[in-house]
Amino acid sequence: MEKTVRSVFIGEVCDLPQKLGKTVTIGRKEIAVFKLENGEIRAIENRCPHKGGVLAEGILSGEYVFCPMHDWKINVKDGKVQSPDVGCVQSYPVEVKGDQVYILISK
Amino acid sequence: MIKQKLVLIGNGMAGVRAIEEVLKINPDGFEITIFGTEPYPNYNRIQLSKVLQGGTSVSDITLNEWEWYEDNKIRFYPGESVTSINTKTQSVSTDKGRIESYDQLIIATGSNPFMLPLPGADKEGVKAFRNIKDCEEMIEYSKIYKKAAVIGGGLLGLEAARGLLNLGMEVDVIHIYDYLMERQLDRSAGKLLQAELEKQGMNFILQKNTAEITGRKHVTGLKFSDGSKIKADLVVMAVGIKPNVALAQEAGLPVNRGILVNDYLETEIPNVFAVGECAEHRGIAYGLVAPLYQQGQVLAKRLCGIQDEGYQGSVLSTQLKVSGVDVFSAGKINEDEGTKVYKTYDDWHGIYKKVLIEDGKIAGAVLFGDTKDGNKLFNFIKTGARIEEYLQSAQSVESEENVAASMSDEELICGCNGVTKGSIVEAIKANGLTTFDQVKGCTNASRSCGGCKSLVSDLLACTLGDQYQADQKEAICSCTTLSRDEVLAEIREKGLTHIREVMNVLQWNTDGCSKCKPALNYYLGMIDPLKYQDEREARYVNERMHANIQKDGTYSVVPRMYGGVTTSEDLRKIADVADKYKVGMIKVTGGQRIDLLGVYKEDLPKIWSELDMPSGSAYSKGLRTVKTCVGENYCRFGTQDSIGMGIRLEKKFEGLNTPHKVKMAVSACPRNCAESGIKDVGIVGVEGAWEMYVGGNGGTHLREANLLFKFKNGDELVEMIGAFLQYYRESAKYLERTSAWVERLGIDHIREVLSDEFMVKEYNNRIDEALSVVQDPWKEAINNKNLLRDLYQTVKI
Repeated sequence: MEKTVRSVFIGEVCDLPQKLGKTVTIGRKEIAVFKLENGEIRAIENRCPHKGGVLAEGILSGEYVFCPMHDWKINVKDGKVQSPDVGCVQSYPVEVKGDQVYILISK
Repeated sequence: MIKQKLVLIGNGMAGVRAIEEVLKINPDGFEITIFGTEPYPNYNRIQLSKVLQGGTSVSDITLNEWEWYEDNKIRFYPGESVTSINTKTQSVSTDKGRIESYDQLIIATGSNPFMLPLPGADKEGVKAFRNIKDCEEMIEYSKIYKKAAVIGGGLLGLEAARGLLNLGMEVDVIHIYDYLMERQLDRSAGKLLQAELEKQGMNFILQKNTAEITGRKHVTGLKFSDGSKIKADLVVMAVGIKPNVALAQEAGLPVNRGILVNDYLETEIPNVFAVGECAEHRGIAYGLVAPLYQQGQVLAKRLCGIQDEGYQGSVLSTQLKVSGVDVFSAGKINEDEGTKVYKTYDDWHGIYKKVLIEDGKIAGAVLFGDTKDGNKLFNFIKTGARIEEYLQSAQSVESEENVAASMSDEELICGCNGVTKGSIVEAIKANGLTTFDQVKGCTNASRSCGGCKSLVSDLLACTLGDQYQADQKEAICSCTTLSRDEVLAEIREKGLTHIREVMNVLQWNTDGCSKCKPALNYYLGMIDPLKYQDEREARYVNERMHANIQKDGTYSVVPRMYGGVTTSEDLRKIADVADKYKVGMIKVTGGQRIDLLGVYKEDLPKIWSELDMPSGSAYSKGLRTVKTCVGENYCRFGTQDSIGMGIRLEKKFEGLNTPHKVKMAVSACPRNCAESGIKDVGIVGVEGAWEMYVGGNGGTHLREANLLFKFKNGDELVEMIGAFLQYYRESAKYLERTSAWVERLGIDHIREVLSDEFMVKEYNNRIDEALSVVQDPWKEAINNKNLLRDLYQTVKI
């Protein structure tokens, strides 16, 4: 099946806080956007699969975020929950053009 | 060489232990496949009660992480159940439609909880206590409901009941016998146990048969055979287990209570083995951990073609895993004709000891209140030692450490995992082990029930001699091997100034985690409060946002109200803000402040600015509130100005960072209306003096505060509180409440340190320095555009 993707401008790189998450709402989707320590930007669904904790407020360590509700550890690159817990959150590709940040989401 | 295909059905303790043993003997001999119905890696089921009782997480009881399966090239199918075994074609099929052939098959399907076939047993709210899911469901229940009933006063029932108590439920334990744990204890010990658990808040209903579980859809209570009734919102059945043999039975394997196996764990079908709770050996299906491990070792040898004498059955020993209760039993429990008994009973200290003797040899033991002889007696029972031997060893008054020293090399230290003293000592010497955790990782000792932890530590002490540091080093988290003290020493010595630098210089093995980052942030700020730049991103959300996050992602706001005193003007402002921002609820907190709940993140700065009151720091690892009673100005009994003192303390110490939250209270008379006896710092005014209590806690681990000093003068009192807080700030581990810290250091030690006037001055100088940089976080946020954008604004498209 062919997927159509649209790219959504969410702001400038400098608008994103360093080593922290930012909540971005696109339509009905709530996305947590992280600017990692190395400057990379990552986007995942803003709900922990455990109890719906808001991941944008978690503690970011390297490429992992710790859910503020019950400390689940989630990889912000692929959305995978780390053991011993299991599960996955949706991750979204991010494009940076110059200073502008875009999230690619399916239509 | 072609590898044999080894398939294991059941990812539990018994089966995986057999695989571990196989890997030890012949790591490359087999292509291993494991099927497990539960979606987790192998975990320690007997420690589930610790998860339910709190303080232990599911990850803490994991025995083998996901990586273990990968590292050993095991094909692991979690959450997948084997549905049939074809012993002719030598293959198994699963509920996911997979068919896997085997050369050797291990059945380790364990057991199921036995559910009494009572009318109503299928209602919502009736649970077993067997796996992680049961545990999680009980925790969920405890958040909604109040009353629990546990059917079964055995080991599992009591551990579940203790857990439910810890979760804040009222618990009735129903038992058909007239005393508890009748299979492991005699009547005397059972009655002592009951008295102890009643003190802990459990309620017992003995000699009762449950006839019916009442309620429509959801359980509402129990009805007994004599017609009496009790209410219950949750019913836990813990009356026993039955071996899970359905799969084996369908495959045509001979089954009695369990799957029948011989001394080599062989079933009657070639190449099919059974191990653990699902197996029956010489008429016994074991339900404890030690036999399962012994069976695993025998099975592994058999699979790898090593000759030995096979499995000879196990002598059982039991320990109850409930904090504050020491119970041990092994071998024969009750005397009959032909047994003699050596018994001591100390009613005052609640210590009971009974040793059963048959033909002069030790045949069993029951210990209550003091179980340190348990391991020794267990070994005597297994070797058939004479009672004189025990009495002689008991007579020579030994320190704990000498008990370990005097044991022979063959004696078992860890009964669960079959680890002897000799093998531990050898492992310590050969691998240069210095910590308890290393011994545990290397030898498996203490990996199950943990009952032998102190013996293992004693062995370390007497093996290492002077090199051993009694206060065992505990790494601050798994990102490093360094302890808190080592990290602090390095920070001071090398002059480290920020978190990333600490992690790089001290060679952290990760980018940090939610445990070490907040801890390092605290330690760095504590060491150099004037220069350290607080790292917001290392703080837990509540402290970063300066508001409490709630389960739905909204926040709650608590404005500062010094001493719990407010004005009509402030109340009006709070009411106006609540209306304007449509807060979900206005509530008075446990610390006598007003909480506005259900506030959206984006509204936080506006609310703060309109309130124009300081932050109540109700989220902080720092001073929360100072609770006060009415005191001398209005109260008939008040002897002191408790409100005035409360306001003074709150103004002096507000905004201070501490290792964990700090609560204070000031009462003006011994009636103690502000509950000073369960606060980190509690002050009680008496005629002409202030009493200062410390280390109290009203939380999950209730602790009564200790009297530290008494002062005639209020200034001296405030100075001592400053010194106490600073000593706590400097010597506690991050997230250690004063209650745990006072217990660790000892109240006498703290009193001694703070009796030194010079030290009191020094501590006050340092705490004043830390307080000098405090600013109100709400004001700071409102006035800083970058902060507002980074933390409180969201992007909406």
